Amino acid sequence: MPTVIFQLPDGTQRKVTAESGTALMRAAVSNGVDGIVAECGGNASCATCHVYVDEQYTERVGPPTDVEEEMLDFTAAERRPTSRLSCQVPLSDALDGLVVHVPEEQV
Amino acid sequence: MTARAGVVVVGGGQAGHSVVSALRGAGHDGPVTVLADERHLPYQRPPLSKKAHTDPDGIQVALVPESFYRERDIELRLGDRVAALDTAAQAVVTESGTRVPYDHLVLATGARNRALPVPGADVPGVHALRSLDDAVAIGKALGTAGNVVVVGGGFIGLELAQVAAAVGAQVTVVELAGRLLSRAVSPQLQEHLRQRHERGGVRILTGTAVRAIEGTGRVERVVTDREVLTADLVVYGIGAAPRDELAREAGLAVDDGVIVDEQLCSITDARISAVGDCARHPHPHAAGLVRLESVQNATDQGTLVGRRIAGSPAPYRSLPWFWSDQGAVKLQIAGLRTDTDEVLVVPGDSPERLAAYSFRAGRLVAVETLNWPAEHLAARRLLERTAPVFRSDLTGSTLGALARARRSVEVRT
Repeated sequence: MPTVIFQLPDGTQRKVTAESGTALMRAAVSNGVDGIVAECGGNASCATCHVYVDEQYTERVGPPTDVEEEMLDFTAAERRPTSRLSCQVPLSDALDGLVVHVPEEQV
Repeated sequence: MTARAGVVVVGGGQAGHSVVSALRGAGHDGPVTVLADERHLPYQRPPLSKKAHTDPDGIQVALVPESFYRERDIELRLGDRVAALDTAAQAVVTESGTRVPYDHLVLATGARNRALPVPGADVPGVHALRSLDDAVAIGKALGTAGNVVVVGGGFIGLELAQVAAAVGAQVTVVELAGRLLSRAVSPQLQEHLRQRHERGGVRILTGTAVRAIEGTGRVERVVTDREVLTADLVVYGIGAAPRDELAREAGLAVDDGVIVDEQLCSITDARISAVGDCARHPHPHAAGLVRLESVQNATDQGTLVGRRIAGSPAPYRSLPWFWSDQGAVKLQIAGLRTDTDEVLVVPGDSPERLAAYSFRAGRLVAVETLNWPAEHLAARRLLERTAPVFRSDLTGSTLGALARARRSVEVRT
């Protein structure tokens, strides 16, 4: 089972494990990680599960989907080249150890 | 019970969960109790009408795992309905006879479905959808249903019609009004959505009244004022009413929802708040009081009250927004469409995309989009800001383009 580290805006971090195939957003919400809101429940509808993928992992995580690409222009926190919507990132063993940074605001 | 009183939340849905989550998130360390009548952990309702559910435990729809509440010292009392409020003594009384004292009480009791007022509505095989248990019963019935009749062409009905069609059922939607979603979306979208549903193989009968549901031991037919429809599963969604009876019986001001002020406090008793589907509240985008049934409203109101009790009060001003997934159609609405006087329909950059901008006296107040989440988000960003968007700002421009342009101006200045 892949492990993910959520780096929170207050400087603390949360380490969670989830089954392969689980969306990154779901792994965060199921473990009560603060700052991943996911109001729409994972439908690429609301952009409240925005994360910045740590630069070490951006290549492995890959680029945003087309719909996500457009939505990232309107997230609450600023868009960066490493921005993804975590509901659109399925976890896998290849992403074991993944580090993502949670932005200050989501809504 | 000898524990000191604390915050008591009645209702374990999205709104109640948001209250306690925000309380602890804001550092409130007093006792917090959630009283819920369902036996399930708080869960998301939107997915219930968007796919067929068969898991009775609802693991996939739980908002958070049980450990979330345990780790935050939030007491969840599931399966014990609140029977009465004793506002003089500041306590609630549950059906099991337990008294739970409170310093502050939050009503997050939600809404209940309107009953289908026709003979035979209680025949086995006739379902309404509100709870996870309802969704699982419908999901199981869909496994064998050949002919499904959906009564009500609103959001829930149209979502379920697509779920039923996706599993191969013959689906007919019966709607009393002349149009689908007659109060919920602009007329231009009503017709567009109808065509999309019909192209997807769903039969739509508008302006049609259900007279009776018939069957021996199990549903067999739906009798309408036009024709008799064969059915082995009937699902109805004809609106909901707020669960405000606890408040009414306790003497609080109630009028189709618990009446609250801009901080979501009962106007009768400042120790009581109401949030989500059961609250009727002022809103800067509405002329009078409104009651909104949406995840956004439940989440934002619950969060606002949790933060207020934790010491950071603020008026409720969140922009209303909503979504409905109907098969391949993703409908999203930002803003309130009430009292709008002009609608501008704008085609998107692909055939399945569409936006409808609604204006009140020339000012943009609501935006509906189909399969165009970026435009929806742009609408939210624009409508949340104080700078108005006028009809004249939108000639030949999408909101996405306008939002990008305005943001670059803000960054420069």
